[in-house]
Amino acid sequence: MLQEESDLSLIIAQIVQKLKGSSLYAQLERQAWASLQRPEIRLESLKEDIKEFFKISGWEKKLQNAVYSELNVYPLPSHPAAPPEHLKEPLVYMRKAQGSWEKRILKSLNSMCTELSIPLARKRPVGQQKELLNKWNEMGTDEPDLSLFRPVYAPKDFLEVLINLRNPNYENGDSLSFRTHLGLIQVPLKVKDIPELKECFVELGLNTGQLGIDDSTQVPPELFENEHVRIGQKVLAEQDSAAAQQYIRQGSPTALRAELWALILNISSQPEDILYYEQLKTNVIQHDLLVDSLIYKDVKLTASNDDYYFVFEDYLYQVLLCFSRDTSVLGHFAYNSASPPKSYIRGKLGLEEYAVFYPPNGVIPFHGFSMYVAPLCFLYHEPYKLYQTFREMYVRFFFRLHSISSHPSGIVSLCLLFETLLQTYLPQLFYHLREIGAQPLRISFKWMVRAFSGYLATDQLLLLWDRILGYNSLEILAVLAAAVFAFRAVNLMEVTSLAAAEFLLIFLL
Amino acid sequence: MSRPKNQNYKCHGSSKGKEREQRASIRFKTTLMNTLTDVLRNRPGWVEVKDEGEWDFYWCDVSWLRENFDHTYMDDHVRINHFRNHYELTRKNYMVKNLKRFRRQLEREAGKLEAAKCDFFPKTFEMPCEYHLFVEEFRKHPGITWIMKPVARSQGKGIFLFRRLKDIMDWRKGTAGKKFASLEAQPARAPTATVNPSGTHDTRSSDDQKDELPVENYVAQRYIENPYLIGGRKFDLRVYVLVMSYLPLRAWLYRDGFARFSNTRFTLTSIDDQYVHLTNVAVQKTSPDYHPKKGCKWMLQRFRQYLASKHSPQAVEALFSEIDNIFIKSLQSVQKVIISDKHCFELYGYDILIDQDLKPWLLEVNASPSLTASSQEDYELKTCLLEDTLHVVDMEARLTGKEKRVGGFDLMWNDGPVSREEGAPDLPGMGNFVTNTHLGCVNDRKNQLQQLFRSLQVQKKASS
Repeated sequence: MLQEESDLSLIIAQIVQKLKGSSLYAQLERQAWASLQRPEIRLESLKEDIKEFFKISGWEKKLQNAVYSELNVYPLPSHPAAPPEHLKEPLVYMRKAQGSWEKRILKSLNSMCTELSIPLARKRPVGQQKELLNKWNEMGTDEPDLSLFRPVYAPKDFLEVLINLRNPNYENGDSLSFRTHLGLIQVPLKVKDIPELKECFVELGLNTGQLGIDDSTQVPPELFENEHVRIGQKVLAEQDSAAAQQYIRQGSPTALRAELWALILNISSQPEDILYYEQLKTNVIQHDLLVDSLIYKDVKLTASNDDYYFVFEDYLYQVLLCFSRDTSVLGHFAYNSASPPKSYIRGKLGLEEYAVFYPPNGVIPFHGFSMYVAPLCFLYHEPYKLYQTFREMYVRFFFRLHSISSHPSGIVSLCLLFETLLQTYLPQLFYHLREIGAQPLRISFKWMVRAFSGYLATDQLLLLWDRILGYNSLEILAVLAAAVFAFRAVNLMEVTSLAAAEFLLIFLL
Repeated sequence: MSRPKNQNYKCHGSSKGKEREQRASIRFKTTLMNTLTDVLRNRPGWVEVKDEGEWDFYWCDVSWLRENFDHTYMDDHVRINHFRNHYELTRKNYMVKNLKRFRRQLEREAGKLEAAKCDFFPKTFEMPCEYHLFVEEFRKHPGITWIMKPVARSQGKGIFLFRRLKDIMDWRKGTAGKKFASLEAQPARAPTATVNPSGTHDTRSSDDQKDELPVENYVAQRYIENPYLIGGRKFDLRVYVLVMSYLPLRAWLYRDGFARFSNTRFTLTSIDDQYVHLTNVAVQKTSPDYHPKKGCKWMLQRFRQYLASKHSPQAVEALFSEIDNIFIKSLQSVQKVIISDKHCFELYGYDILIDQDLKPWLLEVNASPSLTASSQEDYELKTCLLEDTLHVVDMEARLTGKEKRVGGFDLMWNDGPVSREEGAPDLPGMGNFVTNTHLGCVNDRKNQLQQLFRSLQVQKKASS
């Protein structure tokens, strides 16, 4: 009992600490001061009256949403004496693996830099700044020579690293036994099995209505759709984050999705947010970073070639270039097993006073990174709204898809969950694919790393991402990947090579 | 079996038997080499005839039609894919005239509100004959942008934008202009093409001019300066409408179509950049930005989904029903002038532009929409479109004629509006009337066709 209480007070203290620095705190303060003018506020019962006022005016709801958001994003402290690294990643061997992976990436980036004799960062001459400002809304028309740039890494490189992950405390012995994993991932993390998944994802059960299925043309809308839309509108009217998160587990109606996501992610576009975005834009204009070329290359290679997303090319530059300048993103490294790469001012290698994070947001884009942003262009029109949503999605979810950690939503756990599900429920298929050299994870890895963006039609993808928001977990990606294999099991049993299996599944999605 | 009427007449098709009799094989002819030939060749029971062979079905091009239609005798069952004087709808200047006349008629008969439903065509003036009227309108709205389009050319050729009269002075110095200058010297008078009492136009009359220079007619049209943009780019919609007859008017609307994007970002500052403003794929293909792999089209379903996530369901419904209105009114306006021949049907490609207020505008109607595929997705769209067109034309005499949906086609107009509800009377006055159009909606044509043909077979067995 006592432990729980002290845990709770610790959590409360932490959240209060966090919120004190936010603009919401300043607004609440202002509102409290302003409320003193109101007749119903009496000196004798000042505290109660102000609380009542907050409740009625909707400010309490806003505070609730902010607290809820903090609870969702920040992991609960496991032990008061735990060092900050434990918050990032409790297992030492995982931390080490992430550390060496980062070293490799940075080395690759630095060598590209030296080879091409391009500085990591430089200030743009005024003429170029003006030019960029003029072209800001149509950067896609630029065709810089990107042939010499290579993406720093691709998902398959990352997969190789994960395959080689080993827990030094876990001695498997050389002989195969029933404990040996037949898949590619060889670390013993705890993943949910189907009964646990069923319990966790109870709203996705067969008896519950879902958008995307129960609103198809054959089903009369009175059975589910109309009521669901009505509830959605009510949730939006109440502006309740927690309710929205619960609601969206059954999918969001197209017309309400943009607002619902903003509510769940607790994004409200205040003037200071717009200003912040403009500030980032200025940073982009003034300084040219090497990663900018990487971003350009990635957009040109992936999103621009996509049948759905080529239209939004310009928005992608506007979001990703600003994202790389955003130092507020550094905050998420407190709970991300990754750490931002450090670089040193020329000539001052090793001197901590001259160390800077590179890129400023600490995130080095890889091949396909722009696909995290592309589907959001369907929802948000204004660049700053699009930007805020993407940033929030990244620091809550997407970062887990390319960093090595033991978190249940981390990519390692997702891979293991996928393989375990397949092995347990489709053992014949798993064995067959393994025999022909087509380990299922080699095919599904890229789907999961990109959260299926570019592999599913946009309307289906958005329904999937609804559930990610609703359950605050990425486990559904692994479940979907396994389900795809189950769906195509009959055809897959007949393929005889990895290439054939890939080919089969391209047309599936 | 052919039966020549005289030396000049070509006959096609067998003369024996009832019109709706099933044929052992259907002989088709076409000059196109693209998706159409694939579809025709793959159709069971259809055989290709070449050169001078007799045919039951001909997908011809308009030049053949112009030269041969009048000398060709066709048996009852024979079908051809154009109406004799389709240009009443597809030539920009004629379409404007017909629409203007229809609008006046509507105003007389049903009042201003009903007539306002015809205001989906930007203000257009024929050049050079309406030049003076144009200048009057031009002076009333200084500073707006106008677009000059040749009447009969396609694929974006010859089109340019202008804002000052000076800009067209330069154009006038070209071939078109010489004729222009001579006209200008004369006082403003009636249009060059003679209009017959029935309202039809005689194409040959444009040759009977005093000057010998071949005149190319142009239209000057008010340019829509606030198009709806997606990703900062301008786009237009290509929609397919199949007309089986004009008297009575029977028209089908295909659920699929596409939005064609301009490759560059929209801005009014550079009206010389035709790549910005013209969205034909043909023009875009020559733009330096063009990457053939990516194409620049969105299927209509994607477009409709995109709109649904940005605007209220009511706004989207309203837009699509205004688009339906464009089809109906434009067809009604030429209903009485097009020579309705039971042998003829026509697949039109409508080009629609949406502006920022979600108002649809008609850019033009194409009698020969491109059937070449620019991508795999495009190939599938056009293949299915053509297959379903042939299903509706029904050379195999399988349909009962009461169907409201065949594959991806929905019966949009059957001498009156068609209701979506099964078996409901098609009375637009009733409160629950929903039109039977599903543009941009799910197209589960394979399932529908399976069910349709299965039930037709059953019906046939029962009745025989």
